[in-house]
Parts: sequence; C-alpha cells; structure tokens
Amino acid sequence: MNRNMIILEFLLFPGLLFTIVAGLLTSWVDRKVTALVQMRVGPPFLQPFYDIRKLFIKETCVPEDGAIGLFLIAPLIGFAAIAVASMVLWRSLLDVDSTFVGDLIVLIYLLVMPALGVILGSFASRNPLASMGGSREVKLMIAYELPLVLAVLVPVIQANSIRLGDLFSAPAPAATLSGALALLVGMVCMQAKLTIVPFDMPEAETELCGGVFIEYSGPPLAMFKLTRAMMLFTMPVFLVGLFFGGLVTGGWVAALIGFLLWFVLVAITIVIRNTTPRVRTDQAVRFFWGPVSIVAALAVVLAWLGW
Amino acid sequence: MNWAINALTRSLNVFHLGGSACNNCDIEILDALTPRYDLERFGITLVGSIRHADVLLMSGIFNKKSAIRAQEILEQAVKPYVVVAIGGCPCTGLMFRDSYNWDRPVGEYIHIDAFIPGCPPKPEAIISGIVTVIEGLRSGALVPGCLQAPTPAEIELIPEVSGVGSID
Repeated sequence: MNRNMIILEFLLFPGLLFTIVAGLLTSWVDRKVTALVQMRVGPPFLQPFYDIRKLFIKETCVPEDGAIGLFLIAPLIGFAAIAVASMVLWRSLLDVDSTFVGDLIVLIYLLVMPALGVILGSFASRNPLASMGGSREVKLMIAYELPLVLAVLVPVIQANSIRLGDLFSAPAPAATLSGALALLVGMVCMQAKLTIVPFDMPEAETELCGGVFIEYSGPPLAMFKLTRAMMLFTMPVFLVGLFFGGLVTGGWVAALIGFLLWFVLVAITIVIRNTTPRVRTDQAVRFFWGPVSIVAALAVVLAWLGW
Repeated sequence: MNWAINALTRSLNVFHLGGSACNNCDIEILDALTPRYDLERFGITLVGSIRHADVLLMSGIFNKKSAIRAQEILEQAVKPYVVVAIGGCPCTGLMFRDSYNWDRPVGEYIHIDAFIPGCPPKPEAIISGIVTVIEGLRSGALVPGCLQAPTPAEIELIPEVSGVGSID
C-alpha cells in the first residue's frame, strides 16, 4: 500500500473523519438515552455537531501566567492519538491480515494518550481547580490501568498472539469463564477510562466546576470534547473486537452482530452513568486495586489453565 | 458574522451568576431545566465555568461588593456572549433598593442584552425570554453588548471608576 493511500485512510475512512462523526453520533445517543431515562425529550439529532461548531467560532482565552504552549498543544496530543488508535483498530477489524505483530501494545499506549493530554493541559493552565482535577485524573489512571491490562491479557493468552488481527479472528473469548470475567473487568475500566459517572471526579461539575477543562475555551475545548466523544465510540469497539473476536469480523452478519454488541456495551455504560452517584478518589482506587484487580488476576489464571 | 451568531444560537451554554439573590429566581432557573420544561431541547445546558459559557445569566441585586465580582467574571467571559438578567432585582432593585449596600441597578454599569422581569419569573417566562433573545440574535435585531464598544457613560459608571466597590 502506498503512502498516499495510508494518509487518505488516516484522514477519511477508518481514521479521523469517520471517528469524529461516529463519536459525535455516539455522544448524541448518550445524551438522548440520558434524557429518556430522566423522562425528557432531549437534544436534537445534530446537537453535538452544533456544540462543536459553536466552539470553533468562540475566541481562545489563555491563562496569563500558565505554560501557554503546553496549554494549547495538550488537546491535540489526545486528539491525534485517538485518531491513530481508531485507525489501527478499524484496519484490523476490516481486514484481519493487514496489521503487524505487536499492534495491540501500540493501541494500548495510544489509548492512554488522551488522559495524558488532559493531565498536561490541566496542570499547564495553573488554575487550582484544574490542578486538583488533574491530580485526581492521575490517581484514577494509576487505578484503572492495572486491571485493564490484566483483562486484555486474557484474550492474548487464549489466542496466543499480540497481533490484533489474530485476536479479532479467534473464537470469542467471552464464551469462556475467564473471558466473561475479563469482559466484566474491561467494562468497569472503560467507565473509568472515559471518566464518566461514577468515575468523573476529575471534572466533577459540582465541586470543581469542570475541573480539568475549567480554563479551556473555544477551539482547544472543542478538541477535548471531540477526543472524549471519539473515546466513547472507540473504547466499546475495542472491547467488542477483543472479547467477541471471530464473531464480529468477516461478513455483513458479523458486522451487524458486532454493532448490536457495541450498542449493548454503550447502553450499559449510559445506564450506569445515570443510576450511580460519583465516588471519591480513594474509593475508586480501593475499588480498582481491590475487587477489580483480584477478579482480573483470577481471569488471567483461569485463562492460563485453559478455562 | 451572521453565520457565527447562528452557530451560537444553536448551542447556548449558560453560566449562572448569582449576585446576592434571594434564591427564588435560582429555583425557577433550575425549574426550566427539569424534565417538565427541558431546555436541552434547544441545546441549552448549564456549565460550571465562565470560560465555557455563551450566556451569562445574572440574578440578584448586585450590591456594592458583588458588583465588582460581577465585573471581574464578565471580563473572563469568552466572546461572543450574551448577558441576560433574570428577575426584578437587576432591573430596579425592588424592595432592596433602600438597603445600605445597594447603589444602583446593575444594568447601568454592565451592558445587559435582555431583561426577564418577574419576582420570580415563571419558567415559561424564562423560556419565552430566551427564545426572544435567540430570535433577536438570528434576525440581527439584537447585537450582543460584547461586540459593541462601551459608551463613555458606561465607562464612567464602571464600579472601580466610580468607587461603588469601596467599603465605607
């Protein structure tokens, strides 16, 4: 494949544009389902697009004595990383033979970048509330990364490969006991990775007034919002591919099953978001390093034993 | 510019600034966001930071001390934005106008784009006011104060200049 084709793919179909549109539609689903749960009508279909368009016409305010360069670059770090991550993921899903060995590790690193961008931006703004949010985000990240990587290990052990294509064409790990446990852990970690309720203490609307994003305005804020929407779309896709493997790749029927599974994961995430209160940082860390990590370790051991 | 204003009116993020309000207007503002009235139908949401806001919603009398704070908050707002005053207090001061810490209505030193009077205004009145603002912005009848140069009279009446904020 030549270089122009890859650039085109990155900018258009499995990459940037596709992920932006799909992510914004997912965030509309999120808001609409939330509205239905609360017995409201909810926002119009194109509302997420209106929100982003509006942010691009606003002026950009930078804090007077913050690190301005870092403050403005930070939103782009996560945005670029999630676009590349989505492209790697979708190329493996569409054609399981097209990827290289070890792209799973690349993908896991790329999915960490949005959180890092948020942390850098919040500390660069020198706002005390943003710093508070940033330090909470760091603690949350330390908490959920361990069980998430353990959960990802289960399909890796079962398929005996670290190439995404092999994982996506293997028999569904979720059908085994260890795979089901790992999927459960993965879903809880996804909730924290997307920093939505009950793990939204980095932005904590009521205590920190938007926390990590408090100083952002205009286009940089739009970048953060896009990144979040794209994460909301990409993370469930990642979990579906990882834990349902061969069930969702190759053919239209498989794609339809994959879409339904994706929708179920998103719906469960939204329902959890609407029915739980925010937990404290120490509760979250205790939860992830206690029960969640133990279940994840158990799943790894079971996978090792062939269950 | 018209395209930009149109984009603004489709997605209004509201920052609520309470200037020593008696809490009645605050409750009515929250009422407008409840399932019964559901302002999110128009893309209107409450935000926690003035940097994210397109509408600055002011309620309360804005006495000598909170007038300076209101001015500081307004300076941090991101253009283009609209300032909307809710309730009778920002209009006239109502029963607080003889109070020792009240100086003059907030509209005299802050450019307010729309008043929604009432003590407190009903959620229907708030929605009607917001819709009027949106229509005014779209038709060009209402140019937000942040896009106009302040008049000499307004500059003279800014609290720091005229000494309203001094504690005496």
